Amino acid sequence: MNLSDFQIIYDERDSVITGIQTTLSLVLVSGLASVLFGLILTPLFFSKVGWVRGSIEWLCSAMRCSPFLLFVYVIYFGLPSYGINFDKYTSGLVAMIVYHSAYMAIIFRSAWVDIPAEILEAGTAYGFRGATLIRRIIGPLLLMRAIPMVGNQWIQIVKDSAYLGIISVFDITAAFNSIQSIYFNPFVCFIVAGLLYWVFCLLIELIVNLVARYARERIA
Amino acid sequence: MNASVQHESKTHQAVLRVQGISKSFGDNHVLKDISFDMQKGEVVSLLGPSGCGKSTLLRCINWLEIPDAGHIRLNSERMGYAVNGTKVGDAQLSKMRSKIGMVFQHFALWPHMTVLENVMASPLHVQKRNRKEVEQEARAVLKRVGLEDKINMLPSRLSGGQKQRVGIARALAMKPDILLFDEPTSALDPMLVGEVLEVMRDLAAEGSTMVIVTHEMKFARQVSSRIIFMDSGHIIENRSPEEFFDNPQTDKAKTFLHSVQYK
Repeated sequence: MNLSDFQIIYDERDSVITGIQTTLSLVLVSGLASVLFGLILTPLFFSKVGWVRGSIEWLCSAMRCSPFLLFVYVIYFGLPSYGINFDKYTSGLVAMIVYHSAYMAIIFRSAWVDIPAEILEAGTAYGFRGATLIRRIIGPLLLMRAIPMVGNQWIQIVKDSAYLGIISVFDITAAFNSIQSIYFNPFVCFIVAGLLYWVFCLLIELIVNLVARYARERIA
Repeated sequence: MNASVQHESKTHQAVLRVQGISKSFGDNHVLKDISFDMQKGEVVSLLGPSGCGKSTLLRCINWLEIPDAGHIRLNSERMGYAVNGTKVGDAQLSKMRSKIGMVFQHFALWPHMTVLENVMASPLHVQKRNRKEVEQEARAVLKRVGLEDKINMLPSRLSGGQKQRVGIARALAMKPDILLFDEPTSALDPMLVGEVLEVMRDLAAEGSTMVIVTHEMKFARQVSSRIIFMDSGHIIENRSPEEFFDNPQTDKAKTFLHSVQYK
């Protein structure tokens, strides 16, 4: 490892920047979308209708217990045989969103169960019900209670995005992989790539800590 | 004759009628055929050893627990049922519940809302009243419980006594026909009990209709128009506070008063 290795990376900054942009957009879009879809799915766990509860349990279980890479293969290589074709970036994004929405739903469910019963009971006693109960009382509380777990999941999302190089999405990992394959400097390339992911995660931790501080005095 | 007419009209205007309420959890018969009436402005304290069913009875009144048998009538409207005897849906039930103010042992404030938001929440989002009007009234009830300087605080910043006064303000803001208090001072430091009881005393004096589950015997004696004493799911005494405290009729009540060291 010497200085010229870093010089090479600097010279190839265009592809590094493209990689960073791709990873950033994947993480941002799937990070936010999975929270949104997770929130939409969560009430289904508490549905009064048996088969709705059953379906969501099974779907989330299937997602959580399948390897992400395998799931990406299904979307990118499997779906076209049924006439559903996404380009590689969209395939990757769809896989990220669906996969992590299931995780988020499970996270929000546990946060929901964890809300002290008396607080929800007060809601019922004061006439809150259905969508109003969820929107005014359950929703805000479970979101704030789930913040640390959502932060963990976002970090997982950052790391899972690196798998998408396998279907030729040009993210950070793919960018540095292509550089090292030309200049034969794998050690420096992959270390720098790793540092970039770390910076991503530090940023997430920073944001999560700020929001968690806001939430702490509002959850019980 | 005159008395009986008066009695008739009184019965007619009962705010709350509890008729033959029974409730079991599994093999545990918590309430056995409980009946009593409450007139407007009456304050009833429910006393009895822990586990005698007081809290369950309170929770049956606003249908947080659904009784196995019997009726609850609030202003002659039957809780949980429509006029034609069919069970009502959530929407109708929510409307009925919003005429009952409940104060919880552990406050059960909504922790993500400020004091003012807690008090405004139900009138605004359940009763769907005008925001300006609701806010004005919320400020007024908070002033009444002595918390006008805490309106923008979060519950987590308040003392237990202050939290419970918010709980009472929240109940009042719905302009309920009846107030239910489920051991409102049991979770408080002894030195904070007084401020809550004082607010409740004022409410009683102003003519609120109240059902109070409490272990504060002196307070119960001072504010109640009637004491209902329960044991193992039955009402065994239902009398004026003077009669109950000075001359309890049943051995259970005597033992109870002795055990709480009431003098």
